[in-house]
Amino acid sequence: MTAIKAESRRPADETLGEALRSHGISRRGFLKFCATTASLMALPPAMIPVVASALEKARRPSVIWLSFQECTGCTESLTRSHATTIESLIFDHISLDYHHTLQAASGTAAEAAREAAMRDNHGQYLLIVDGSIPLGNPGYSTIAGVSNLDMLRETAEGAAGIIAIGTCAAYGGLPHAAPNPTGAVSVSEIITDKPIVNVPGCPPIPVVITGVLTHFLTFGTLPELDSIGRPMAFYGQNIHDRCYRRSFYDRGLFAETFDDEGARKGWCLYKLGCKGPVTYNACATTKWNNGTSFPIESGHPCLGCSEPDFWDMGGFYRTLSMPTGHFSTALGYGVAIGAAAGLASALLGRSERDKARSAHEKVSVDDLDKGGSS
Amino acid sequence: MSGAEFLLWMRGPGISFAALFFIAGVVLRLIEILMLGRTKNLAELRGSGSTAGMRTIATRFLPADANTFRRSLPTIVLGYLFHIGLFVVIFLLTPHIKLFQSVFHIGWPGLPTPVVDFFTVVALVSMLGLLWRRVSNRLLRFLSTGEDYLSWAVTFMPLLTGYLSYHHLLLPYSWMLGIHILSVALLLVIFPFTKLMHSFTLFIARYYNGAIAGEKGVQQ
Repeated sequence: MTAIKAESRRPADETLGEALRSHGISRRGFLKFCATTASLMALPPAMIPVVASALEKARRPSVIWLSFQECTGCTESLTRSHATTIESLIFDHISLDYHHTLQAASGTAAEAAREAAMRDNHGQYLLIVDGSIPLGNPGYSTIAGVSNLDMLRETAEGAAGIIAIGTCAAYGGLPHAAPNPTGAVSVSEIITDKPIVNVPGCPPIPVVITGVLTHFLTFGTLPELDSIGRPMAFYGQNIHDRCYRRSFYDRGLFAETFDDEGARKGWCLYKLGCKGPVTYNACATTKWNNGTSFPIESGHPCLGCSEPDFWDMGGFYRTLSMPTGHFSTALGYGVAIGAAAGLASALLGRSERDKARSAHEKVSVDDLDKGGSS
Repeated sequence: MSGAEFLLWMRGPGISFAALFFIAGVVLRLIEILMLGRTKNLAELRGSGSTAGMRTIATRFLPADANTFRRSLPTIVLGYLFHIGLFVVIFLLTPHIKLFQSVFHIGWPGLPTPVVDFFTVVALVSMLGLLWRRVSNRLLRFLSTGEDYLSWAVTFMPLLTGYLSYHHLLLPYSWMLGIHILSVALLLVIFPFTKLMHSFTLFIARYYNGAIAGEKGVQQ
């Protein structure tokens, strides 16, 4: 990573504005980025100069990035998904003091870098976590012989705030999927006394992480979050509501298979299992690969990857309204139980009726006469 | 529990249990009714019972006479609007069709969602009108029991929560959809043991009345 490699040639107190200028970013380009970021975060236009001035003066914050039970997809998404842009430069200009995939140092030297960053910036550094934490057995995932749980607790203690990157760190993600063999949990299930921002996605959209960092640099606080800890600015919108195929849903035009006429014509993918209606993310507006497209635009249903338990939502290709599990079996049992109970009840009723009939004593006219005379 | 977890539970064990209860209850009630049997008719038949029975199933869709129609106008009009709306919402909304398809393996085309949305509003407003009539009319209020209000509520809730979830109102969609399925589960569980059972017994009752009258030679 350039941030770590560039450590030697860039003074630690260089501001972001200076760093961007030294990379040939014009004032116009920088302001355009500030305007875009402000609008992405739903800030009023009046805030653009504030964002610009805060970013200009921002010192490089120390960031420690811990990777636990993960696939490195989140790191790949953030560092390789597009050509160098202002977003990636800003990402470069944080002081990424520890990231075991990207840093040049290894072994003892790498751990020493983390400890030094924690000591020098105690109470001020940002902690970024990707990957879930196994509670089943500490040995399932270790770094330098330290269990993920211990490393998270130790590093979180002096952090100003925590950003849980990717669905694994935010909600347990793929390792947490049933039957969760490692006992994987999210960061927020372990750390409860620090501000945590969840940036879920498998992987998350790169601009979301730079947006959260920009917010932190501009206001010194973490952005407004929804009920499950996600920044409202990026996760406030529903994929289904923002989907360009929504009009086909409303008109009742659906792709039934991946190669039928509906699929070729770009009709709604709801019947093919699209989880857009229950997914909150910025994919449909921000898109991927420098704004090229997002999964639905490429003809595949949304998997709902920014939602908790997306792996267990009853199957990627199962329509959202279809019951999961053993619904038809339940109906079969229902018929059998109902038939048995109905028969038993009806037979009981009949036997009571027959009993009443046989106990019935006939009364003749003579009997009535006798009754009347007595 | 997150919205996703709640929705997943409702789509899985929640709705399966409710469906088991529903189908068991309906089968139990139907077998009980059908096995009651009829006393043998010793009189000479004066007409075909089955023809008259089938005819009565159809003719009872219309009001008996002008006077009855005039007297019960709100009940008849609102009742029809509500039932038509309910039918469209249940059987012609694509997500619902997919649900039936997953069980019965047959599907049919759905209506555009704005059309279904319109019928949902028709059903909701009609139900509110019927409730207003029930509480404002002294005779109807006197005749109403707790079961009537319970049946109204468990039918109204799935319509309301379905409308709210389609429009993404009040709660995030996964929560509202979960609550929608929960309201349907409640309806299914209560259904067999209340007057909601009329959805099934209605046709049996009409046929039975028509058949008896037909066998006795009643002119229609």
